[in-house]
Amino acid sequence: MRKWLRLAVIASLGLTLAVISAGGQTRTYRAPRTADGKPNFNGIWQALNEAYWDIEAHAAAPSPVLELGAAHAVAGGLSIIDGGTIPYKPLALAKKRENHANRLKLDPEIKCYLPGVPRANYMPYPFQVIQGPKYIMMIYTFAGAVRTIYMDEHKEAPADSWMGWSNGHWEGETLVVDTTGFNDQTWFDRAGNFHSDALHIVERYTAASPDHLQYEATIEDPNVFTRPWKISMPLYRRLEKTAQIMEFRCVEFVEELIYGHLRKKPSQ
Amino acid sequence: MNHRFLALMGGFVVPAAVAWLSTMPVAGQARSTGARTNGSQAKAYTAPRTPDGQPDLQGIWSNTTITPLERPKNVTKEFFTAEEALEAAKRVAAEENEQTEPGTVADVHYDFTQFGLDRTQGAMALNLRTSLIYDPPDGRLPPLSAEGQRRAAERAAARKSRGGPHDAVQNEPLGSRCILMDRNGPPMLGGAYNNGYQIMQAPGYVMILTEMLHDVRIIPLDGRPHLPPNVRQWTGSYRGRWEGQTLVVETTNLTDKFAFQGASENMRLTERFTRVDEDTLRYQFTVEDPATWTKPWSAEVLWKKDIGPLFEHACHEGNYGLYNTLVGARVEEKRAAEEAAKKKSPK
Repeated sequence: MRKWLRLAVIASLGLTLAVISAGGQTRTYRAPRTADGKPNFNGIWQALNEAYWDIEAHAAAPSPVLELGAAHAVAGGLSIIDGGTIPYKPLALAKKRENHANRLKLDPEIKCYLPGVPRANYMPYPFQVIQGPKYIMMIYTFAGAVRTIYMDEHKEAPADSWMGWSNGHWEGETLVVDTTGFNDQTWFDRAGNFHSDALHIVERYTAASPDHLQYEATIEDPNVFTRPWKISMPLYRRLEKTAQIMEFRCVEFVEELIYGHLRKKPSQ
Repeated sequence: MNHRFLALMGGFVVPAAVAWLSTMPVAGQARSTGARTNGSQAKAYTAPRTPDGQPDLQGIWSNTTITPLERPKNVTKEFFTAEEALEAAKRVAAEENEQTEPGTVADVHYDFTQFGLDRTQGAMALNLRTSLIYDPPDGRLPPLSAEGQRRAAERAAARKSRGGPHDAVQNEPLGSRCILMDRNGPPMLGGAYNNGYQIMQAPGYVMILTEMLHDVRIIPLDGRPHLPPNVRQWTGSYRGRWEGQTLVVETTNLTDKFAFQGASENMRLTERFTRVDEDTLRYQFTVEDPATWTKPWSAEVLWKKDIGPLFEHACHEGNYGLYNTLVGARVEEKRAAEEAAKKKSPK
């Protein structure tokens, strides 16, 4: 009897271990449903990592602006990329380094430009999902950026845009979003990682617990990369009862930077 | 009258006008002032419900109108007849389709009609009102309060002290700077083009996306308090609730930077959204601001179902107009200075 029990315990432990080691834990979670029976992703979400500085592994570094001292210093972080690094073509890698060297002048974030995808998802601000059967909206704090994910009217991007044209569908627990129609103006982070207008992104959002989504994106751009590559991270629910997307109308904050040199000179 | 206009009249305005007429109440039914007038139905319409039980306002809407906010001084009645309103719509269509004179500013500016951006090619509800303002009943903004007059004088003086309209980017209008379109408010009024809105509802929220400037209001319905009084936002703090068929949104915590029609940061706005038939949403708003007006005032716009999709309006990112305006102003100053110097010391 005792021996049988011990065997049973060992066997069930073994099963548990097998599930964990296969990474199957997240797959077994079943999210609450919306009225139309789809996983309910309504809520306010936010990444919690240092990828907004650099999606590749990086050590802490000083702020590029002397006056900002430690307050705007780069926080060290590990790579969010499957395999660690971005498979740049040689010329593209040179351009990335140039972007990094000139990031104060070139980073579109500094100018309050729409952040693009996937960057919008891991900036250090929350975004809200409003989910319907036909459209899923992602509304971002930064620059008030908006993505409409078309769930049933799939079509080609009618024009290039900053946030791209997103067609979505469900694969079980996972929202799959296929986005094309990007311009070549957005970056992946503050380190100058970039793409061309041939960018194609397939994202997978999977509920992994009541309060977090597992996020993956496969990034393809034959002009810039030697092969498709993948990033992943959890996105966490903002649990405060008061959580809301605050206004971040940053255009006002960058006008002097962009247009200040065009101010009328007092002498004239 | 050019060929584009003929095509427009034949292809759109007339059938659209018939559609408007068929959804319009007979003017005689709508003679009383206030909430239950324009766009009201002979038989009450009940909006379908969302799965969580909210009246369903979802869809793409247009708040295009040719009705002015204030009643023109030469108009004495509150409502047009349907025929008169239709005539007015045709007149606007003709004006917006007039051939521009080659070489003029109007000629090199966007051709709204070419891209279907003009008001009369898109969805537009025929509003029988002669002004959007229905309270006060004279259709005009109430008189400024004493404080309102003082503030208006202060604003004018401050504007003057900032210099010319193109001296610095901060002197340009908010819309040209892609910060906030005056007409998108709140309150949300139509403009000359691009009047698309998308409404979506999720449990606990109504979301209104304005195509212009990709402005989004995510309105919570859970009765949470407004933002603390020291937190001011361009579009304020907005909280919603349902009153029967009507979504009521209260907005406070505004700034004095936008100053809708000269309002103060303490303006309190109450908006009411009611779906009055399958294709029409009645949007009413009341402005209370004793720091500006002697009494509250209210206006009404009808929104019409439109076809999507809305596109990304990356206004700031492509704002060559603003850059060129400022560069142009500096070039002109330089030229004027050189001319003056030449006159001083002719060689």
